[in-house]
Amino acid sequence: MAAGTLLIGYGNPGRGDDGLGPALARRIAARELPGVTVEIDYQLTVEHALLIASAATVVFADAALDADQPFYFRAIEEAGGQSLGSHSVSPPDALALARLLFGARTRGFVLGLRGACFGEMAEGLSPTALRSLAAAESFFLGWHEAEGQGLPISG
Amino acid sequence: MAEPRLIEISPVTRVEGHGKVTIHLNRDNEVEEARLHVVEFRGFERFIHGRFYWEVPVIVQRLCGICPVSHHLAGAKAMDQIAGVDVLPPTAEKMRRLMHYGQVMQSHVLHFFHLAAPDLLFGFEAPAARRNIFEILREQPELGRRAVLMRQFGQEIIEATAGKKIHGTGAIPGGINRNLPIDVRDRLLARIGEMTAWAQEALAIARNYTLDHAALVADFGSFPSNHMSLVREGDGALDLYHGRLRAIDAEGGSLFDGVDYCDYHKLLVEDVRSWSYMKFPFIRELGPESGWYRVGPLSRMNTARFIDTPLANAAHRELRAVTGGAPNNATLASHWARMIEVVHCVEKIHALLIDPDLQGTDLVATGERRCEGIGVIEAPRGNLIHHYRVDENDQITFCNLIVSTTHNNEGMNRAVKDVAVKHLSGREKITEGMLNQVEVAIRAYDPCLSCATHALGQMPLAVELLDASGQLVDRATRGA
Repeated sequence: MAAGTLLIGYGNPGRGDDGLGPALARRIAARELPGVTVEIDYQLTVEHALLIASAATVVFADAALDADQPFYFRAIEEAGGQSLGSHSVSPPDALALARLLFGARTRGFVLGLRGACFGEMAEGLSPTALRSLAAAESFFLGWHEAEGQGLPISG
Repeated sequence: MAEPRLIEISPVTRVEGHGKVTIHLNRDNEVEEARLHVVEFRGFERFIHGRFYWEVPVIVQRLCGICPVSHHLAGAKAMDQIAGVDVLPPTAEKMRRLMHYGQVMQSHVLHFFHLAAPDLLFGFEAPAARRNIFEILREQPELGRRAVLMRQFGQEIIEATAGKKIHGTGAIPGGINRNLPIDVRDRLLARIGEMTAWAQEALAIARNYTLDHAALVADFGSFPSNHMSLVREGDGALDLYHGRLRAIDAEGGSLFDGVDYCDYHKLLVEDVRSWSYMKFPFIRELGPESGWYRVGPLSRMNTARFIDTPLANAAHRELRAVTGGAPNNATLASHWARMIEVVHCVEKIHALLIDPDLQGTDLVATGERRCEGIGVIEAPRGNLIHHYRVDENDQITFCNLIVSTTHNNEGMNRAVKDVAVKHLSGREKITEGMLNQVEVAIRAYDPCLSCATHALGQMPLAVELLDASGQLVDRATRGA
């Protein structure tokens, strides 16, 4: 029986702000929130479909190049299913795999965190990314609490 | 008469990393030149200068997020030599082998089912919208489910032996930093029967495809070449983790055999060409024109005298029988070879899981420090060479890597040209399906262009048709 929320924070911490997803996931994991499972990875892969299928809700946390706010939170309205690479599985594709292969009815959301520095081969987040991280963490906690109370919330 | 044209496929899709293909057509629409370009620069051999040698097995995994275990183990083997260790404790070697078989298995499964299968099952010129893995999953979800579960099994082995699924720390200079707990062993053993059955079914799919499409396979990107791999010392059996270098020519004649891989630089030369960041290795004695060679699963089937696990050995004999025992030079037969190796890996994993040495506690050997180390392994895509020198402060001063995709550079370029000439020459209208045939030839090598150069950035997904003066004639965006 699928239950709880799965937070997948992904990205490469060795590429500057691309580590925003894992950074958020580590912060949330440290809080040991009831009903929240945290997964940290460099990239989404096909076997994430298994994990996704075990959760009622999945949140994909990733660094964003296109955010005009510190973060955005969007429901995945339609699962993917057009293309698939081995190191380029998108959240809609991962969700589509979970539905196709394991009959999952998991709800999916993307939590995009605005970053500024992606080109450097270096660990550590920029000031912009740190602000995004703080805002996204605060939002996620509020969203999770609202979810528990059945309240609507948007990012 | 038409103007000369340049067709560009950029990037090539469903491969690891980013490359592009250019095809030059003359005024009669005949292919004059076709090339695979790797358009990213790898600075890794310089980045690693100054790092301490014991960091190497962990750092080199950043070369690629797809086959980090292969780099981890090749780097660790080189560092064994720096640490003065020639023979590992049995537990250490077997844990590393287990890690390696898990990696090869999951890599091959991903490639076959998710990257190559859409072309094989729907046809190379099927509509692009249909030619993707999701169409297969919609039609055969059980096949897709097994592919995911087999890959997850391989990842679980990697996690158990390396500590993490990606960028693990298990192999260290002189050994390994953990053994396999009994409960983990039992959890893996409980699934081995299922994995063996599924691996055999995957092998049957690849075998049947190859035999059912014998004429296509014999013609498509098929050309004579030399082949090279490690084979087991003494009996020449397939050995993915360790052995001696063996190379054969297109007829099966020996070019060299039983060579210590530390002498690779005496045998191989890396050529440079202005239009690609990827080097072109060749066998020194034969020169660049005839000394180029292929590596990878099909080459390993050609160089290995036999396979030391029964199911894979029977399949190996059947594959070799297709060409009467001579080397198989058909690019598309690589998929059959790859699935034979999946069966072999599962058999090896089974044998290792019931070996009590995996619970041993003697994990690391020590020796007298040396200043140079070379590690070679048979990665999923083929032979992988790591070579380092270290100064008196334990810091890296020299690094040279020859990855599988680099070994295959000339072979992939020949395959691209062969397919382009056969399928594009003389055509007034070039369709997306025709261009996909070129990509099919490249995909058969399962190239990892990220490894071969080290990816930076991302390229747009576009096919452009330009005239001889560089003017854009037509443009298509894949997936649009």
